[in-house]
Amino acid sequence: MDSALIPRGVKRCPTWQFALWIGAAGAVLLWGVFAMLLCWFKGLNQTNMNDSYGFALWIWADLAVIALGGGAFFTGFLRYIVGKDELKNIINYAVLIGFICYSSALLILAIDIGQPLRGWFIFWHANVHSMLTEVAFCLTCYFGVLTIEYVPLILENRQIDKVPFFHRLGHNMHEIMAVFAATGAFLSFFHQGSLGGVSGVLFGRPFGYREGIFIWPWTFFLFTWSAAACGPCFTILVTKITEKITGKKLVKQNVIELLAKISGWMIGTYIIAKIIDTWYWAKVTAPAAGLSLMDFYSNNPFYGIWILVLEIVICGIIPAIILISEKGRKNPAALMAAVVLAVIGPCVNRWVMVLQVMAVPVLTFESWAMYYPSWQEVATTILPVAYGVILISFSYRYLPVFPQEQELNPEV
Amino acid sequence: MFPICFEWMWDMSHIIFMGGLWYALTIIGLGMTFCIGKAFYDTFLDKGKVDHHH
Repeated sequence: MDSALIPRGVKRCPTWQFALWIGAAGAVLLWGVFAMLLCWFKGLNQTNMNDSYGFALWIWADLAVIALGGGAFFTGFLRYIVGKDELKNIINYAVLIGFICYSSALLILAIDIGQPLRGWFIFWHANVHSMLTEVAFCLTCYFGVLTIEYVPLILENRQIDKVPFFHRLGHNMHEIMAVFAATGAFLSFFHQGSLGGVSGVLFGRPFGYREGIFIWPWTFFLFTWSAAACGPCFTILVTKITEKITGKKLVKQNVIELLAKISGWMIGTYIIAKIIDTWYWAKVTAPAAGLSLMDFYSNNPFYGIWILVLEIVICGIIPAIILISEKGRKNPAALMAAVVLAVIGPCVNRWVMVLQVMAVPVLTFESWAMYYPSWQEVATTILPVAYGVILISFSYRYLPVFPQEQELNPEV
Repeated sequence: MFPICFEWMWDMSHIIFMGGLWYALTIIGLGMTFCIGKAFYDTFLDKGKVDHHH
């Protein structure tokens, strides 16, 4: 029925099967939309946020998807600025994943602010001393850049490409993509960093507070670094999941291994910096506030010292070692394990830097503040996942996302 | 965002912060204007041009 829209030389599942798949993802999407409408029409009383938790599940999800979406800017930087030509075979997918991550982040923010009709205030009446204002600026601009990077792929659809104007527009956008990629890298550096800076400047919250250079706490640089390091692993993970679902090889192994190797070195250097930062914080910064390391990890049911070990050792050192070694990259099971751990790593990091910061008591009469999200918060956090599945499905079906697909699946 | 907003001040914070925003927006805007303008020119005004697609 829709064969005229499917790229030439590739095979796609029957329309009924595709419709069934989209229907299943659409049902989850509708559940999320229902919860979103509840939050908009009834207000933020639908959530379990309270005076202790002004930031909650949504902000964690926001920071996590932004970190994982970092694969788009870093892969674009490597492809267009550094000149790693092999990455042209995965850059489309990295951009698509980045587009989904950033549009999801903006959607979550639109729910989180409670009054979306006043969302434009942050631009019009900008507080130039706020890290979050910079995040809002860079996030929105970078989403624009990602849209610009995604549009040429849409214009390559078989039917759209027949229109001369669109054909030439796509060609022109490809020609100057390096300019957009450089702008994207500039914007990403600052908004990834500023998200880290938010907890780093909280001098009243010793768990998050860090020293740094000028106005930037060390968390500013660590967040950017971790996003650039782990974002490509998320791209690899989603590519592998797509290959599993479609039953096809979509990207050559040398491309995956190159991205994995770069990611491994980035994670390795990041985790060294993170260990130094944690050690300095535990030995100097926190004691200066009258606290010791174990004050942040004891006497509570959830935030034990295990979470620090999970973040740094299991989801940091281990994937770095696997991805740096050639033997590790060439072993499919080890590669997958490393990629999954590298994706969990920044998610755990963002969790502690958003939620544990607020859980730790800061006054002598306070106790640990625990928080459990409401179903509305969970549903609206799963909403972007369903949206991502749908967008990836449509893009994969109708757009030439993987340039090597035809070559790797010659039987079609 | 603009000097017309009531809270605007001509200080370094506003100049650097807003300068960065407008710098990025200018590059994005000029880049897209070039792409659309050139596509329009090539399609409707310079029809004889040979098209070399990427």
